[in-house]
Amino acid sequence: MSLHLVDYSILILYFGFVLGIGWFLRKSVASSSDFLTASHSLPLWITSLAFLAANMGALEMIGMCGSGAKYGMMTSHFYWVGAIPAMLFVGVFMMPFYYGSKARSVPEYLKLRFDEKTRGFNAITFAVMTIFSSGISMYALGILLQAIFGWSFTVSVLVSAGIVLAYTYLGGLSSAIYNEVLQFFLIVVGFSPLAILAVQKVGGWEGISARLEPAMTESWRHMGTPQANPMGVEVFGLFMGLGFVLSFGYWCTNYLVVQRAMAARNMTDARNTPIVGAFPKMFIPFIVIVPGIAAVALAQMGAGYSIPEKNGGPDYDLVLISLMEQFYPSGMLGVGLTALIASFMSGMAGNVTAFNTVWTYDIYQSYVRKNAPDSHYLWMGRMATIFGTTLSIGAAYLARSFNNMMDFLQLIFGFVNAPLFATFLLGMFWKRATANGAFSGLVSGTGAAALTYGMTLAEGKGGWLGVMYEFPSSMAQNFWVAINAFVVCFVVTVVVSLAGKARPEKELVGLVYGVTPHAAEPAVWFKRPAVLATLAAAMCVVLNVIFF
Amino acid sequence: MLDLRKPAGYFFLLLGVVLVATGLTAEFRAPLLETNLNLQFGVFSVLFGGVFLVLAWRARS
Repeated sequence: MSLHLVDYSILILYFGFVLGIGWFLRKSVASSSDFLTASHSLPLWITSLAFLAANMGALEMIGMCGSGAKYGMMTSHFYWVGAIPAMLFVGVFMMPFYYGSKARSVPEYLKLRFDEKTRGFNAITFAVMTIFSSGISMYALGILLQAIFGWSFTVSVLVSAGIVLAYTYLGGLSSAIYNEVLQFFLIVVGFSPLAILAVQKVGGWEGISARLEPAMTESWRHMGTPQANPMGVEVFGLFMGLGFVLSFGYWCTNYLVVQRAMAARNMTDARNTPIVGAFPKMFIPFIVIVPGIAAVALAQMGAGYSIPEKNGGPDYDLVLISLMEQFYPSGMLGVGLTALIASFMSGMAGNVTAFNTVWTYDIYQSYVRKNAPDSHYLWMGRMATIFGTTLSIGAAYLARSFNNMMDFLQLIFGFVNAPLFATFLLGMFWKRATANGAFSGLVSGTGAAALTYGMTLAEGKGGWLGVMYEFPSSMAQNFWVAINAFVVCFVVTVVVSLAGKARPEKELVGLVYGVTPHAAEPAVWFKRPAVLATLAAAMCVVLNVIFF
Repeated sequence: MLDLRKPAGYFFLLLGVVLVATGLTAEFRAPLLETNLNLQFGVFSVLFGGVFLVLAWRARS
């Protein structure tokens, strides 16, 4: 890739603005709440864009473009079946309890609703998970910068971690959120021309459809059996595994995204945060997935482009960068690469800001030092930002040395996360659910996930306890691991709860549906969460029908 | 608190100016590109940044 001074100038310009935002926002940090939770002070348009930007890390962008090339339009299910319904659900039904309970974090909600051990389990696994996620992101960025700019891995990791640390240390959560929004605009604006140019080059959507198999351009028609589509999944596995358990588990219970909504100014804005975010989110496939599909059509045109290869097979992870090389001259190439680096950095910052809050409030304040003055927790929040970033750097080096170990760790976290949505669903909507029920459900659901993975095989993965069933793809295996974990957690929580004594209803006000008075609705109809969610759902259905 | 529309506006404005200047003065090419993308995107970026700045200015006044 040939880069010029202008490309480096654009990168430096962006870094300058990112650090400048942190510098300006340092004045608004006076308490631990300002630093860790933005003190419920951010406007709706910022929280809603941050809500979806926190999930638009570079691994996501590169991965979705690659999946577009590998699986075609079916990849849109991650958005139109997965993310959108879950974002609407969390806004309409769950946010009243997150925001209304006055909990400062998702683990703290679990403490208020259930007990300390359930909060501890969630807080500790979440804190470890964020460090490793941030480390993996940093590792991938290091490899990318090494390949593009020729920088050493150490310089790449230290420079990017240093910039993230500087602006999160200065401005806390507000700074991370502001930069996520800037990154969102840069990604959308920087990658849109690529999508337009690639699709134009192959003769529009008609040109793509004419060149590729129908299974690549239609999202639903080939879902009857796993063998009929490139993803290897069927309708039930998709709806239950991806659409219900995995997506709802991620968007409704992961503090990294929920934290953005909890920073909103009032209850209506907090509820509208994921709902308003759903509108741009449903069009993201056109920027990240469609270019991947166009790349396959382009490779068949004989125009001089081919899908990158590794070890004799296609390397889908390089599709996005190879398209940039083909369509972006120096200048725009700087914009595209800056957008990619920005998304890596804001992914890191998202993890670091979620980590420092959970560490300070849910671990340090709960188990180490309970009644210190607020200034002490502000100091601890800043320290957690420093050691969180340092641990992430360590995790990046660990990822570099033991690639398989990181895969394994991600798998373990998958096991922990899969049953979590059942715990929240029962906790928020069933007043009879008890603390012991929730905890035993979580532990047994995690065990069920591990067992399912251990007894099934897909693409050579899993099966360490013997192979009872073989899935056509690892995606199908992931979906079914999640389904089993959810069902076991749900059933065990219900059974153990029924055998125990429920908490008095008056203790559950603000925490559970049915015993909590409904939040006041805004007078103007177009600001009402249910109205906006219905509109978003209708648009999402239309998109599914268009690409059926 | 800082109005994000201001830094976002200045960023895209400056980015646009850099790209317009590049589009007018340099002949960078990409294998499958047939237009002056730097110039086109630069103009768009100036306008995009300008919209942010106008919105920030209107909110302030």
